[in-house]
Amino acid sequence: MSTYSLSDGLASGAPRVSRVPLLTAWVKDSGAGVLASVAWIAFGLSCLWWADVGDWSRTRSLGIAAFVIAAVALFGTVGADYLGSAGKALQKRAPWLVALGAFLTVWELATAKFAWLPLPFFPPPQAIIEVYTDDLPKLLDSVFASVKLQLGGYLIGAAVGFLTGVSIGWSRAVGYWVHPVLRFIGPLPATAWLPIAFFTFPSSWSASTFLIALATGFPVTVLTWSGVASVSKAYYDVARTLGAKPSFLVLKVAIPAALPHVFVGLFMGLGSSFAVLVVAEMIGVKAGLGWYLQWAQGWAAYSNMYAALIVMSLLCSGAITLLFAIRDRLLVWQKGTVKW
Amino acid sequence: MVATALAEAVTHPAAGAALDIEQVSHAFDIDGAELPVLSDVSISVEPGEFVALLGPSGCGKSTLLRLVAGLDKPKAGRLREDDSRITRPHPSRVVVFQDPTLFPWRSVWDNVALGLEAQGILKSQRQRVDDALDLVGLSSFRHAYPHQLSGGMAQRVALARALVNDPRILILDEPLGKLDSLTRITMQAEIVALWQRKGFTTLLVTHDAEEALVLANRVIVFSDRPARVKADIRVDRPYPRHRGDPYLADLRRQILGLLGLDATW
Repeated sequence: MSTYSLSDGLASGAPRVSRVPLLTAWVKDSGAGVLASVAWIAFGLSCLWWADVGDWSRTRSLGIAAFVIAAVALFGTVGADYLGSAGKALQKRAPWLVALGAFLTVWELATAKFAWLPLPFFPPPQAIIEVYTDDLPKLLDSVFASVKLQLGGYLIGAAVGFLTGVSIGWSRAVGYWVHPVLRFIGPLPATAWLPIAFFTFPSSWSASTFLIALATGFPVTVLTWSGVASVSKAYYDVARTLGAKPSFLVLKVAIPAALPHVFVGLFMGLGSSFAVLVVAEMIGVKAGLGWYLQWAQGWAAYSNMYAALIVMSLLCSGAITLLFAIRDRLLVWQKGTVKW
Repeated sequence: MVATALAEAVTHPAAGAALDIEQVSHAFDIDGAELPVLSDVSISVEPGEFVALLGPSGCGKSTLLRLVAGLDKPKAGRLREDDSRITRPHPSRVVVFQDPTLFPWRSVWDNVALGLEAQGILKSQRQRVDDALDLVGLSSFRHAYPHQLSGGMAQRVALARALVNDPRILILDEPLGKLDSLTRITMQAEIVALWQRKGFTTLLVTHDAEEALVLANRVIVFSDRPARVKADIRVDRPYPRHRGDPYLADLRRQILGLLGLDATW
């Protein structure tokens, strides 16, 4: 029957659902989870079946861990109904687990087992796991040093950039003096200052903080400025007729109205400050993930480099996630913002 | 006829302020050239009166409102609220603009609270914000953000934001110009009711002759730019007024004639 009225649908609504073949429904819900489990079993087998071409101590543990993940994927998705939101989340991510398992299997075979990729440059997964277990203290020290340097420089740069941007946007006199300086210095990549900064600052740490602040400050300044400058005059008129003083106009009208722009600036500043951080650590600072990368390269410890790269990417991504979370909180009034 | 309105005004002796516009002229500087917008305008408004300013689009009515609000200073002439000269904005003269211009980052409640917050008296007088929201019937939307409101609701919030300050002169700059005709008719009645209840002096800019006649005690007709007062018409009819009232229809014909539109009537 190709047509039916509303009352038909209401009357036969409940039995209609049960007519859907159970198998199809099951495959739709749990198929990806089962496939993920298969992929991870394949990865586990690829670890344990053949002998390694090199000397790695974590192959067995990795294989067992793969089987554990396979089991979690299988029971987690099949029994998702009993696991609540955790089961739902697992079901949603199951296709990614399939892809990840397949990728790791190919990686394992191409490196540790058959050496299709040239060896020291392309280490197998277990070599990277080995770095995380055996070189953890040094890696953690590096993470801590990087976070400290980045956070200090970024916060200083963001604060100075924000205040400068608001001042230029608000006061014509400040704009007259600061704008030319900004145009002259701003577009210069902060890394170009590296040699001079390392000479003129008392320590490589303070020099790097300055450079990170510089890289952050420029986009934050320009976008805050443009945000404040583009606030509709009508908002000021409204506030003035309601008895607002100049300080109220700046703090309660200009700044909140400019905030969406400010966050674009903070996002751009974060990106460019990461670049400066890594370069500064590679060249001058004797700590941090950039330095760790450089050090690993010196010793041809390629698995350490990959391990550090993965950590670095997690940190950068985490920082951006944090920034977006703060933005979403402060800008709830906006509709249709980008989800990170 | 005006008795009801006047009676209301009497029950609120301090509510409305007198407004004197004395020989005001104004001009804009556009690329060095002077563009006159107001030419020797004199209007005297009694406390509690509802005056509509009617004129062709772009004639300078809104400019006059900005001068009354104190947002701009006239090139010549003087404006006075009661006996004090108007030199800058003051919360006793509040404007409702054609666009609601609500602050999108503030909830409805926070938007209405704007004036009290700016004057630093919000902490002790939060009740006034609730009252103003009740007055325009939007209490249940206090936590909504402006982008969640319809055009009529947003304009009601703008009205509440003005009224919370207990203005002595309410300045309405085509506040209903962008609303659909049904919402418009409803809000016209609401504005009259609020005015009768509160007794503030009201200045309404509009280019809709019917709206002016349904709402106001007095309709002042302006010429083309630079605006001059062309006619000052008293509307002696009780409220609520009916759009089909032959007396109003007759006035409307007169007004359209003054605006050079009698041929289309």
